[in-house]
Amino acid sequence: MIARVIESASPRALALLAVVTAALLIAPYLVDSYVLSVLIIVLYFAYVGQAWNLMLGFAGQLSLGHALFVSLGAYTSAALFIKFGVPPVIGIFAAIAMAVVAGCLIGYLGFRFSIRGVYFALLTIAFAEFTGIIVDHISWLGASSGLFLPVKNQQSNDLLNLRGSPTMFYYVILALTGFAFALCSWLLNSKLGLYWQAIREDQEAAEASGVPLFRYKMIAVAISSGLTGIGGVWYAFYYNNLFPETMFKTSQSVEIILGSVVGGVGTLFGPILGAFVLTPLGEILTAATDGMHLDGVKSFFWGFCVAAIVLFRPQGLWPWIYDVLGLAPKKEGKR
Amino acid sequence: MSASVAAGSAGALTVRNISKRFGGLVAVSEVSFSVAAGEIHALIGPNGAGKTTTFNMIAGAQLPDTGDVLLDGVSLAGLRPDQICRAGVGRTFQIVRPFNELTLVENVAVGALAWTDDLAEARDYARGVLELLGLGDKKEARPSSITLPDRKCLEVARALATKPKLLLLDEVMAGLRPTETDRMVAIFKKLNADTGLTILLIEHVMRAVMALSHRVLVLNYGRLIADGKPEEVTRDPEVLACYLGAEAFD
Repeated sequence: MIARVIESASPRALALLAVVTAALLIAPYLVDSYVLSVLIIVLYFAYVGQAWNLMLGFAGQLSLGHALFVSLGAYTSAALFIKFGVPPVIGIFAAIAMAVVAGCLIGYLGFRFSIRGVYFALLTIAFAEFTGIIVDHISWLGASSGLFLPVKNQQSNDLLNLRGSPTMFYYVILALTGFAFALCSWLLNSKLGLYWQAIREDQEAAEASGVPLFRYKMIAVAISSGLTGIGGVWYAFYYNNLFPETMFKTSQSVEIILGSVVGGVGTLFGPILGAFVLTPLGEILTAATDGMHLDGVKSFFWGFCVAAIVLFRPQGLWPWIYDVLGLAPKKEGKR
Repeated sequence: MSASVAAGSAGALTVRNISKRFGGLVAVSEVSFSVAAGEIHALIGPNGAGKTTTFNMIAGAQLPDTGDVLLDGVSLAGLRPDQICRAGVGRTFQIVRPFNELTLVENVAVGALAWTDDLAEARDYARGVLELLGLGDKKEARPSSITLPDRKCLEVARALATKPKLLLLDEVMAGLRPTETDRMVAIFKKLNADTGLTILLIEHVMRAVMALSHRVLVLNYGRLIADGKPEEVTRDPEVLACYLGAEAFD
């Protein structure tokens, strides 16, 4: 499989990929702690963006409630760790299970009763919002005052308990991003991926060609929610605090999808590129307007970015960069 | 192209008493007919006669209000369209519905995945089917960059790739030039002769209907008004009155 991908890519694309990968691997030794913290957020959004993109970009199912899967993963692993001392390396399985069960429940309701498009998206929003309200009232999970992980200064990194330096969190999220990219690349070039794309393009025609719609949509939502739940585990242990008021909000879901929309929905590099464009720009803007009490400026700027992309590069930035840099292989292939 | 079906062995369609009502409109009313394995039948009739609705009920895209559809004596009732496809019924859509972001090979490979889990095998088979339909040199193109007649061929290729016993063709010759129609007719004749593929086609192009069909079924206002050999049906006064008009055969 990997051999086939390398074979089908142009030398220029492979060189670019190698350079970017190498740069990301050594980045913590080259940049200061502030830039590292920005890179960490970039990779987090690249990772969850990739997971979300699998559902809309590959299988054509729009979710605007992915904050739910992040939150379920985060709360599950954090609660297990705080209340029962279960390390995240084990808690992650419970986190994945919670996210997948929630995803499959939403998927079942939507796909079984033929709720499509924006109506399906509304269903995902509703589930995220009302789960947030429920958690807001569970005092065992800290309710509205939040759930906090114990933070102590420690010299050594403890990977199994996800306690350690920003550099450790950087490498963990980098590994997750690499894993999600490889997984999505493999899935996209499999029977599953072709069936998903057929559903995305025309689901009646796909069904008439023998594609069991319900099963393949459920697989998409299960994989996407599970991957996103893993992102939630990382989020909980990196930030150490979880508030239902922000975690489950649609604005969180929108932040997850924005990178993919800007980078290119349905492409493998789109979510990564989008995260690398949006997050630093947001940071620069926050720094530039520091102390000026312009609270909504980041949201305003992001709205502006999306409007500009939709107007001028409706396919996202990646297909355009792909052409500009001449990354296409000799034979026509997948981006 | 190899086919899994021995000549004349399978693909017999029996339609028993099917009806479909949309509100106050009876689109199809108690229609019964059968297509013997290995035969080619045409379903003709004026616009709005219920031809496509009949197709949709056979393919499972719409549920009949009454009646039953059988393939080789086995009822298809309650099966989803994808299950009916896997049972051996391939269909095309009147208005072509390609997967626009996929290449031609990928479009057709989706159909082949109905009988194999091996993507490489599905792609190989898809290439063969595309060759057969004269799209061999456009395999890596996307549907948006080929002509409408080619897209009609693509629609047929995708249905054929599912290895159907029974092929439902919904106006695949409409909009084709006479030479293209003749090429398509020759392909279906060859498929039918070589593999025993049973074909039911909706068609307005009489040139194709007369050249291909063993029997012709005529629908008018949802009712079956004629079922017979092409030369008989085209002389039937009721058929002439409702649909063809005497001038069609001048």
